[in-house]
Amino acid sequence: MKPPAFEYLAAETLEQAVAALADDEAKVLAGGQSLVPMLNFRLLAPSLLVDITRIPGLDLIEEDGDGGLRIGALTRHHVLETSALVRDRFPVLNAAMKHVAHLAIRNRGTIGGSLCHGDPAAELPGLVLLLNAQLKTTRRNIAAVDFFASALCTILADDEILTEIRLPALAPRTGWGFEEFARRSGDFALAAVGATVSLAGDNVAEARIAVIGAHETPLRMTSAEALLTDRSSIAAAAEAARDGVSPNDDLHGSADYRRHLVGILTRRALTAAWQRADAL
Amino acid sequence: MIRVTVNGVTYVREVEPRLLLVDFLRHDLGLTGTHVGCEQGVCGACTIILNGDSVRACLCFAVQTDGSEIETVESLGTVDNLNPLQKAFQEYHALQCGFCTPGMLMTGVDLLRKYPLATDAEIREGLSGNLCRCTGYEHVVRAIRSVVEAKSGS
Repeated sequence: MKPPAFEYLAAETLEQAVAALADDEAKVLAGGQSLVPMLNFRLLAPSLLVDITRIPGLDLIEEDGDGGLRIGALTRHHVLETSALVRDRFPVLNAAMKHVAHLAIRNRGTIGGSLCHGDPAAELPGLVLLLNAQLKTTRRNIAAVDFFASALCTILADDEILTEIRLPALAPRTGWGFEEFARRSGDFALAAVGATVSLAGDNVAEARIAVIGAHETPLRMTSAEALLTDRSSIAAAAEAARDGVSPNDDLHGSADYRRHLVGILTRRALTAAWQRADAL
Repeated sequence: MIRVTVNGVTYVREVEPRLLLVDFLRHDLGLTGTHVGCEQGVCGACTIILNGDSVRACLCFAVQTDGSEIETVESLGTVDNLNPLQKAFQEYHALQCGFCTPGMLMTGVDLLRKYPLATDAEIREGLSGNLCRCTGYEHVVRAIRSVVEAKSGS
């Protein structure tokens, strides 16, 4: 269908955009790759779209200290996919970007838009959980783990705009794995798992597991992470991850099938992470 | 009022905010080579190049493109003078009904610019956002492969 009528404002500053969002029927327009389909389906009928893509300075990727990154919320997916800084500092993010939709969508979609849309089956919400990101808005800093409230809902206020994603440095000797299963290349994940394993000597200093597509939000599997003591504990952690999700049944796959996928993908992601950490 | 350059020609037009870019190109500018398929970003038929990047013209409002440069399928070649990618589509029979072809071609343009396309898997991955109900994709992959090989001189 065609979208319903709305007013349009190309904001030039964040202050102007925030002020315009005081209209409670207003929505932020960034890359539009989730919002415009919803408008075309007439699932939404905002009175005003506030286009923030012309606000300068929100699409930069910059080093943050030794090993961290600051990523502007308007950074497009294809820029993340091809950024040498991202590839060097957060190779797991680089690897995951290849699973995000298709080139024409990646050319247009933004990291901030994907996070604020909060689709539990999208890669970037899971990745910011995995990487312990801090999300900077026009009002405050929010830890990624607190950001996602439920499917397609975040804790952002109506007139609050996400401006920057801060990724803290990974510990030395951190390996990573990212495993996704989708019906077709570029489709939303039936399930995906990102994992990092940080080793200190022969011991696990820290392990993180983030599950995508199998819950109403992306999930950190802290109980499974706590089971990881050595390489032989991967199977137990994978089982705990499988038992810790509550996926929905839908026409793409049953809840049981998705749980099964979470177990398999967690095992594979942890195994890959461990091998990479061992090689460092 | 927006000012856009489409295939080298500058247009100044008044547009309603909700006018999709694809409808602007077809209805306001008469450039009907770009097709409207699903209107939800899935089929890829409306793919055009916006400031050097392939995008879905159904997931973008014309009003957002003020000041932009746009390339559509009409920029590639003419019936009497096909460009190399169009020639390859003809030679390898990479279309049947032709509905998806403008999107396939413009996606192909961007893929050829951005990726080495060293393997058929890479080409298939690149085309995965463009649906074709006739060809089974095999001939589209072969056509793009032939252009990659001609470019690299192999």
